[in-house]
Amino acid sequence: MNNILVFCETDEGRVADVSLELITKARELAGKLECKVEAFLAGKSVGELAGTLGNWGVHRLFLAEHESLEFYRTLHYSKLLVSVIESERPQIVLFGATCIGRDLAPRVSSALKSGLTADCTQLEIGDYTDPKGNAYSNLLYQIRPAFGGNIIATIVNPLHKPQMATVREGVMKKEMLSKAVDVERVRIDTSSILDDTCEAVKIIDRVVEKRSIDIKSSQIIVAGGYGVGSKENFELIHQLAKVLGGEVGASRAAVDAGFAENARQIGQTGVTVRPKLFISVGISGQIQHTAGMDGSAKIISINSDPLAPIHRIADYSIVGDLNIVVPKLIEYYKKHSK
Amino acid sequence: MRVVVLAKQVPDTRTVTKDAMTPEGTVNRAALDAIFNPEDLYALEQALRLKESNGCEVIVLTMGPERATQILKDSLFRGADHVILLSDSRFAGADTLATSYALATAIGKLSPDLVLAGRQAIDGDTAQVGPQIAQELSIPQITYATEISLADNCTIRVKRAIERGSEIVESSLPALVTVTSSAARPRSANARSVMRYKNFTAFEKWSVDTIGGDLNRYGSAGSPTKVRNIENIVFTAKESKVVNPDDASLENLITELIADHTIA
Repeated sequence: MNNILVFCETDEGRVADVSLELITKARELAGKLECKVEAFLAGKSVGELAGTLGNWGVHRLFLAEHESLEFYRTLHYSKLLVSVIESERPQIVLFGATCIGRDLAPRVSSALKSGLTADCTQLEIGDYTDPKGNAYSNLLYQIRPAFGGNIIATIVNPLHKPQMATVREGVMKKEMLSKAVDVERVRIDTSSILDDTCEAVKIIDRVVEKRSIDIKSSQIIVAGGYGVGSKENFELIHQLAKVLGGEVGASRAAVDAGFAENARQIGQTGVTVRPKLFISVGISGQIQHTAGMDGSAKIISINSDPLAPIHRIADYSIVGDLNIVVPKLIEYYKKHSK
Repeated sequence: MRVVVLAKQVPDTRTVTKDAMTPEGTVNRAALDAIFNPEDLYALEQALRLKESNGCEVIVLTMGPERATQILKDSLFRGADHVILLSDSRFAGADTLATSYALATAIGKLSPDLVLAGRQAIDGDTAQVGPQIAQELSIPQITYATEISLADNCTIRVKRAIERGSEIVESSLPALVTVTSSAARPRSANARSVMRYKNFTAFEKWSVDTIGGDLNRYGSAGSPTKVRNIENIVFTAKESKVVNPDDASLENLITELIADHTIA
């Protein structure tokens, strides 16, 4: 009772990375709250994934399997999840801030009349005293950027349970347990919960591309910004990434200008990355962008503007023309590697 | 057929300058332009297209202070038929749940066939209010829409974005749809409408007294989430090594990165 429940998504037949990140975080929070981690998983046939969740520390899995659950649909998933939350009364419910999580979580929060904080980048446990002096302990601090990324707000739900949050992909680490726990499976009786009203929305057609660009899991990222100048010039970024064995990222301005694909966008709108090495080329370094990469272990900035804010968060800052600097880096890497 | 478009006036967070934050770390709204939330304009555009193709009535509803009538006027300029300002000091301190309750209660008075809204507002970026309203009204929701058309009188067909792809769904009406900026570009003001409405001031104003509802669910009282604290973002300058863009320094940097195994 009063555990932490994680809504699990699947991706290409596996439990999605963002869900594993949440479970890892939930373990840490559960340690402080002295409770357990539970998960909710729905799909056409997802039962075989149950076992793997033990490696991540899920003690109890609420499993909903049905033909109609093959693809995510709001009404089906929200009904099932609301019924689990109403009967189990978790103190915290976490979702990935994905297309699905951001569609589902607010629907569930409204059904339960409980609070929800979107796109958290940090979760902690702490105390809170309201303006009237009432004190609350062991609340979930839901920490998120707001106002276009210019402020960081800490949100609490002192009176309402569950405390719900969506969490951005890639900002929390995922870590398996060295010793798996036993997962208790609780099968949800879908037929008693789902009804005809769920069928109000029908999927007519669906196109999903295979994951081809995956900058999140790359240890080296070379990212270009608007300063790269053109799509042709962006080829330089690709060349450097290729010789270093890394991936290509881009700022929003570069994506908007058509220099790079959407999937490469790093920042508040886009993905969050934390590679070993991040080489930033022709990116000015607005907070909306740096929020998605400032967790990188090492940052090299290449920008001809000495006042560009990116230089201030870089470990190595190079004030120079990228058309000269980047080819030289490629040349010297080829000379010294192997 | 009646379409209600939800719109919000927001501070333009995309052009934030140093003055945008007070020294205490709160938002200095006076230093920021108040604009029509960008994705709400995309929602309005979809409504106007349905008006052209199917003769729908388009009503724009906004919740906010008196000056939010600016975006209502803008809506009239672009082709909305009717606009409503929902404003009441009893809404103060509302989080997304309390906001969605107020809007849902107001929408309920209008009995629309379709509710359209932008996916999210740029001041909060939560994308929560749309789905919360749909649940409160017990109607289906379709988020991340990029194209909307009527399949028949009681069914809409929507193309929507999903992770790495898209899907086409059909929903019975009434329904709520949130629209992203990948949808058709919003039109600009229509010269004839501008002439007609430029001196318009007779905005329909609704308050809690107009819409009724449960007083305990409005404003701060109806908001489960509370802001514990707010921090202004300060760049914590790292100790940066300046590398000159000359051959020797760049070669040195590469050998250093290879030596500490940052790169293979």
